[in-house]
Amino acid sequence: MAKKEMNKDSSLNKGVPDSSRRKFLKNTGIVTGGVVGGAVLGGFLGTFSTTTKTAVTQKSVNYTEALQFFKRKEDFDCLSAASESIFPEDENGSGAIALGVPYYIDKQLAGPWGKNAEEYRKFPFQEGESLLTRVDIFMIGLRKLNEISQLNKGVLFKDLTEEEKIRILQDCESGKLDMGKANSAIFFSLLKQSTIEGCFSDPLYGGNKNMEGWKMREFPGAQMSYINEIKNDFKVIPPKSVSDHFNM
Amino acid sequence: MVTKLPKVDVVTVGVGWMGAIVALELTKAGYKVVGLERGKDRSIADNLHQHDELRYGYGLRAELLRDPAKDTFTHRHNENQSARPFRSKMSVTMGVDVGGSGSHWQGQAIRFYPYDFEIRSKTIERYGVGRIENWMALQDWGITYDEIEPYYDKMEKTLGVSGEEDPVGVKRSNPYPNPPMPDTPLLKLFREAAKSSGYHPFSSPGAIATESYKNPDGAQYGACQYCAYCMFFSCEYGAKADPAVHVVPLAKKTGNYEVRTHAYVKRILYNGNKATGVLYVDTQTGEEFEQPAEIVALTAFQMNNVRLLLLSGIGKPYNPKNGTGVIGRNYTDHTLYPASVGYFEDKKFNLYAGSGSNVIAVTDFAGDNVDHTKLDYLHGIQITCSQLGLLPIGYYSTVPYGTPTWGKEFKKNLLHYTYRNVVLSGQIGFIPSKYNYLDLDPTYTDEYGDPLIRITNDYTDNDKKLAQLVLDKQEELLKAMGVDILDKGIVPEHPHQFIGTHTAGGAIMGEDPETSAVNSYMQMWDMDNLFVCGASAFPHHGVGNPTNTAGALTYRAAEGMIEYLKNGGSQ
Repeated sequence: MAKKEMNKDSSLNKGVPDSSRRKFLKNTGIVTGGVVGGAVLGGFLGTFSTTTKTAVTQKSVNYTEALQFFKRKEDFDCLSAASESIFPEDENGSGAIALGVPYYIDKQLAGPWGKNAEEYRKFPFQEGESLLTRVDIFMIGLRKLNEISQLNKGVLFKDLTEEEKIRILQDCESGKLDMGKANSAIFFSLLKQSTIEGCFSDPLYGGNKNMEGWKMREFPGAQMSYINEIKNDFKVIPPKSVSDHFNM
Repeated sequence: MVTKLPKVDVVTVGVGWMGAIVALELTKAGYKVVGLERGKDRSIADNLHQHDELRYGYGLRAELLRDPAKDTFTHRHNENQSARPFRSKMSVTMGVDVGGSGSHWQGQAIRFYPYDFEIRSKTIERYGVGRIENWMALQDWGITYDEIEPYYDKMEKTLGVSGEEDPVGVKRSNPYPNPPMPDTPLLKLFREAAKSSGYHPFSSPGAIATESYKNPDGAQYGACQYCAYCMFFSCEYGAKADPAVHVVPLAKKTGNYEVRTHAYVKRILYNGNKATGVLYVDTQTGEEFEQPAEIVALTAFQMNNVRLLLLSGIGKPYNPKNGTGVIGRNYTDHTLYPASVGYFEDKKFNLYAGSGSNVIAVTDFAGDNVDHTKLDYLHGIQITCSQLGLLPIGYYSTVPYGTPTWGKEFKKNLLHYTYRNVVLSGQIGFIPSKYNYLDLDPTYTDEYGDPLIRITNDYTDNDKKLAQLVLDKQEELLKAMGVDILDKGIVPEHPHQFIGTHTAGGAIMGEDPETSAVNSYMQMWDMDNLFVCGASAFPHHGVGNPTNTAGALTYRAAEGMIEYLKNGGSQ
């Protein structure tokens, strides 16, 4: 994996002046088996430059892959499986799980977004308006997915066949699935939107692991300038994350 | 307990484009100005590390937009419905903090047409009085194009506008201060397609400097880097014009300007027909203050200007039943924003690069550029091809109609078409309707218990015909570009929740106090030391984006204020 990654990177880098930091990151990727995200390293490099050597030589742990919001394993497993069905791993590259999407969504639900903090919440709520927060909708939706799976197939959602998962999610999307207080179509659109966010947001938020989402999409990320590219034809430019901006 | 503060010459409500222009013009002339801003302070230092789509991007966390939890707007299509509040941040893309919407804007700096400013007279002159239908609230602006032209010129120099002369556009006294944005390969293809279709494409003017530029006031602009983090972001390079970067610091330098942040204005105070100041609350302490001033300038977001007038009981509220009253009338916007998408199988473009002003426009059908004698609508449209810079979350839905929107097939399509698509958009001129207006909502309030603004607004047949024309022209142009898949947009029946950025009207300018709130100096007919600046003064909405016109009118208003302070009395 590490080797493949290095080759891919160096082909992308053809003709592009490489900063020493990029080389350093690539080397780090080799040493650590490619498990360290750019954002994590960025943090190390930026904040604790004296501990850089430690970061390189020790086996690295991604301390951000733990739960802030979810408590029950079956809820988080269900989220992981559903997000993977929305953005599955294929011959083009990683799916939602490998990109860290479930951890991304967990972090988002733990913050102001999950609580709909920036929303006008005054009464009266009219027909079609819902008081439910994103946290409420996710919990109702995910538990319903597990409940239905168990009712129909005797297993959790994650253990269904891919076809069965897709069928249930299609019912969600069309609003056919009865979710009680929640609307299944709204649950699905939240799930889909946040899955896409986790695939393509800056890795600083816990998804888009190793910028794999961007690499797959050929998105160059947080480049400071395209002044030499604006008139040119498309070309693949190795991505940068916001963390690069803190180490210049 | 209200603390009364020392009197100043001018107090502005809001520190966005309009507040910053008033501040700089008046402080340069030696007057003391206080700017009250409900948001927090912002400067170029806050613009660093903006290359983060999730944090700032449209439809995402959109940090530069106002949090609607505190106050929002309500909306209904007609008087028989009960209005609903816009609860989410995405419904009204209104800015917040020093700089206001002028920090996150796209930067399009377009002029309205001579036809716009005298729309009623010119429509009657060319087509006869029979063309003014009963529902239309068409009225002249009380200013001609020739009169506003020098202020446009001034505004464009302040903004460092880069652009190309519109071959079928308006007369200009001076060229744009900066050369046009470069054509990307996609924009070049659009330009050629438009030309071969017999139209006159040009690089649309934008308030983004293409070269290092110093404006007449001495504000320094960097050159655009086409970094893509542009619309809904504030510029890291000081290339996109931003009041917080290019105007407010200069006003502060005069020593005559103070910006007070976290200051939420609740009322305009007055005695008879003189404004005496404003009442505001410090949102961080809850303390209330009275800021007395010789002149009160409303320079808030368009709808908040109107709301403050209504809350303060200034001017006669508009009554749609009999067409009397002025405050709230002639609400218009650009919510009808038709777009069509084309996909190429064999072409891939550098869509990751771009800016708010990498835009090629076609205005052959704008304003009254074509003869409407045999057409069943008034006003016109522009078509644009924009390369704003592709951001990967916002563009995830750019896959052909009818293909799955998630799953294996979606992923394949998404990766395949990311750089193989072109989105054409378009804007229409809005003929004001007697039934589209603003008033105070009877039910919903802000966090202090004051009523929110209620928008009553639906599309007219004229709007829908223009939108259909946009889509038909987009189809023609996409075909000329040689797309392999063409997804033509559709005209929606009613405005949906997204109310867009270009809201206008409600405290409109004109020649007659019976049908307008302000004169051509943005000065209230009923209160000659109260100036209401911004798009709230537009009697209707032209095809172009509003800021350039709103800013030009505000430069004129600033002249009026100086005149008032020198001599007293009305203009």
